[in-house]
Amino acid sequence: MKYLVSLAAGVILGVSLFAAFLIFNPFLTDRRLSPLSLSDAEVMSLSYSTVPSESIVFTNDGESRHQPHPAKVLQLWEAPIRLTSMMASVMKDARGQVAGIGVKFSSRSERTRLLNGDALVDSAWYIYLPGRGSLFIEQSENYWPFIREVAFPAWRSSANNWKGTWLGDMTAGPGALGTARVTGGTGDLRGLDTQGVESLSTRAYSADQGLVSAEGRILIELPSIVADDANQ
Amino acid sequence: MLKTFIIGIILGIAAAAGALYAYPAVDQHREASIVAVAPNGGNVESFHVNIPMDRVMVGAPGRKQPLPPGMQWPTDENLGGIRMELFKVRNTRDIVVGVASRTSASDADVIEWVLHLPARGSLYVSMQAEALEGGLRRGGITAGSREFAPLNGFMTERWVADASAEQGAPSGRIELRANYIGEYVPEDPEDEGDLE
Repeated sequence: MKYLVSLAAGVILGVSLFAAFLIFNPFLTDRRLSPLSLSDAEVMSLSYSTVPSESIVFTNDGESRHQPHPAKVLQLWEAPIRLTSMMASVMKDARGQVAGIGVKFSSRSERTRLLNGDALVDSAWYIYLPGRGSLFIEQSENYWPFIREVAFPAWRSSANNWKGTWLGDMTAGPGALGTARVTGGTGDLRGLDTQGVESLSTRAYSADQGLVSAEGRILIELPSIVADDANQ
Repeated sequence: MLKTFIIGIILGIAAAAGALYAYPAVDQHREASIVAVAPNGGNVESFHVNIPMDRVMVGAPGRKQPLPPGMQWPTDENLGGIRMELFKVRNTRDIVVGVASRTSASDADVIEWVLHLPARGSLYVSMQAEALEGGLRRGGITAGSREFAPLNGFMTERWVADASAEQGAPSGRIELRANYIGEYVPEDPEDEGDLE
């Protein structure tokens, strides 16, 4: 009997050690430098609030940490869309002025491999910028650095929350340098085929309610022709 | 007993690593795609949106009864000409398989759809705002992600009013018909020369 208890205690400790290794593994480091920061091209910056209650509409399966907003919005409870969320938000430019409206579709990715530090979400943005045109952005986002550095400390905290400053690039593909693929649809942006990066800046997170104070930012590299049009 | 304990630790680590490796952390529910071969080449897939039950959001300035109730549509004058709708999307078996947005804007003569099918990818379509004969709108597939990334083609949109008069029936549906045309990739580069 005592051998059985000893074995069980060892197994529990082994599983705990493995979980701790995953979370504190120094080899699964965060990639903090945006590939676009090394580019000579002009970039378009669009920011939005990632807090669901500050969006126009946010919906998911209704059972996740982030609650749908407004409360009576249709929820995505059907099996094929249960791991999906949808958000409509006002997009602001680099000067903080309203630039347009964006919709973000996010689905948990089957390519998620926690062993490799990949907690992936496949997402697509549709952004309409009045007077400029529309954009479609496809990307894979990696939430593992966020889980490790914000969500896990919040869960571990006795108050179930985290406060501080965390800034990280979420985009992890499909571009070879970990960039998103950006396609222009209409207006001045028609025919645009470029890359972008989405980052998340978090100041407060609750283990119960999710993001409390946070802002998302999308940087889009502009080829010279589009950048010249934008400056005129 | 110490040896048993150490063996337990090793077993625990191996079991946790094995479980993470063998079992997917995310397993999306899949519905079989219902795709037909088009007579002139390419594949055809149909979707629809039941109105009003699949409508998640109708965003437009000046609406007296916002959908969803309690939504605050931005009042900024820059956004005055935009109408944006969010939907659930169904396949031909009437099963919800994804979500979508439909956007029209007064400053651009265009209607744009984004279909997001979680297990497959997303499709971005720009349509002419002016309807063709029979109320049909048609637009090219501008971009796609994952499964749809290598595909070109077009999509049509059509409003079909419900004529069943059944209780609880939708008032109608938006029918979407996507025509996918893949890029020709020759297995042998010499084959391409033979076609010329």
